[in-house]
Amino acid sequence: MANLKALRIRINSVRSTRKITSAMKMVAAAKLRRAQETAEAARPYAERMSRMMGSLAKALEGRADAPALLAGTGKDDVHLVVIVTSDRGLCGSFNVGVARAARLKIAELRAAGKEVKILCVGRKGRDMLRRDYGKSVIDTVTGVEKGLGFNTAADIATTISDLYAAGEFDVCWVVYNRFKSVMSQVVTWQQLIPFSFEDTDESAADDLGGAVYIFEPDETEILEYLLPQNMGVQIFRSLLESQASEHAARMTAMDSATRNAGDMMDRLNTLYNRTRQAAITTEITEIVSGAEAL
Amino acid sequence: MADKVNFELVSPERLLVSDQYDMVVIPGGDGDFGVLPQHAPLISTIRPGVIDIHDGGRITHQVFVDGGFAEVLPDRCTVLAQEAVMVGDIDRGAAEERLRQAELDARDAESEGERARALARVEVAKAMIEATGRAH
Repeated sequence: MANLKALRIRINSVRSTRKITSAMKMVAAAKLRRAQETAEAARPYAERMSRMMGSLAKALEGRADAPALLAGTGKDDVHLVVIVTSDRGLCGSFNVGVARAARLKIAELRAAGKEVKILCVGRKGRDMLRRDYGKSVIDTVTGVEKGLGFNTAADIATTISDLYAAGEFDVCWVVYNRFKSVMSQVVTWQQLIPFSFEDTDESAADDLGGAVYIFEPDETEILEYLLPQNMGVQIFRSLLESQASEHAARMTAMDSATRNAGDMMDRLNTLYNRTRQAAITTEITEIVSGAEAL
Repeated sequence: MADKVNFELVSPERLLVSDQYDMVVIPGGDGDFGVLPQHAPLISTIRPGVIDIHDGGRITHQVFVDGGFAEVLPDRCTVLAQEAVMVGDIDRGAAEERLRQAELDARDAESEGERARALARVEVAKAMIEATGRAH
């Protein structure tokens, strides 16, 4: 029976799809664990860095000669948006969420008469935004997730600093998925340039009991080194968060895909058995009625 | 408690050293400085070079750093560096190769920024080679 054969083929194909999705789920789970470990290991540096930034901010409060990375260019005509996505798909709404947030922001900025430039990290983001904003995409960085180290982030930071130094943009934003839990990742915006001290830890400076730091060589010079370094750290953190989110999103997506495939197999199996039974019944009826006719 | 320095060496990827020592000598941007307990609060840049860690009257560890920052408080000392290796683990051949590469990049650099970065890498590689000669 052709119908039976078609069903059998269908069941087999669903079964192998389920195998693939469940394997992908397990791989994503393993990668997620590693990504979380990396993120954990990167935390001490970021903490100390933000403590130092806090102390410096306190020392520099209200000074006019702050470096450009901190003070901005004094304009906000051109915005650079750094969009952090993954290179590969099959991870639920992970990339779509970032792309949607980016679209909204870009539309908002354009409505306000600003010029927008885009730097994509990850292939998916570029693919999604290329059609609408192809001309605005100035660069794409791919292959980030392979052996993600601080160097990757430092390279991106250098690219951004160079563009900034060349006067290509005035304000820089980064958008990425922040890892909240395995079930939920939050699309987050962060302003990189001009750098805001909002989220640095200023309480550290209070521990000193009123004592003041000695700065060597001096505050501005240290800040000039510290700011690009800090930008690298911020980018590194967003890459790590994004990576952990990607694996979490993929894990969740593949988990539901596996379950879905299982349900579908059950339904198809029932249908298959019923069709087979119907075929057998028909055959028996034919034989019996054939015998009776004799 | 007060007779030891809590010394921490951190790179963006992990915490490399975190322990108590008698004294730490750091290659600061304006010259080497030793950190003993009760040091005045200080923030300094670091030039590529070797951090000497003293404990029990002798140098117990020597760590090469490629630059970075040091934050000193009366009871602790934190060093932030991008790259840090034990002096004994430096591969001299690899360091020399890095120097050659950096010098080539500096020569072929197309922009001011690129040249400055390549020159910084030359300094790092030179300091690294020098560090191999200092191992105890």
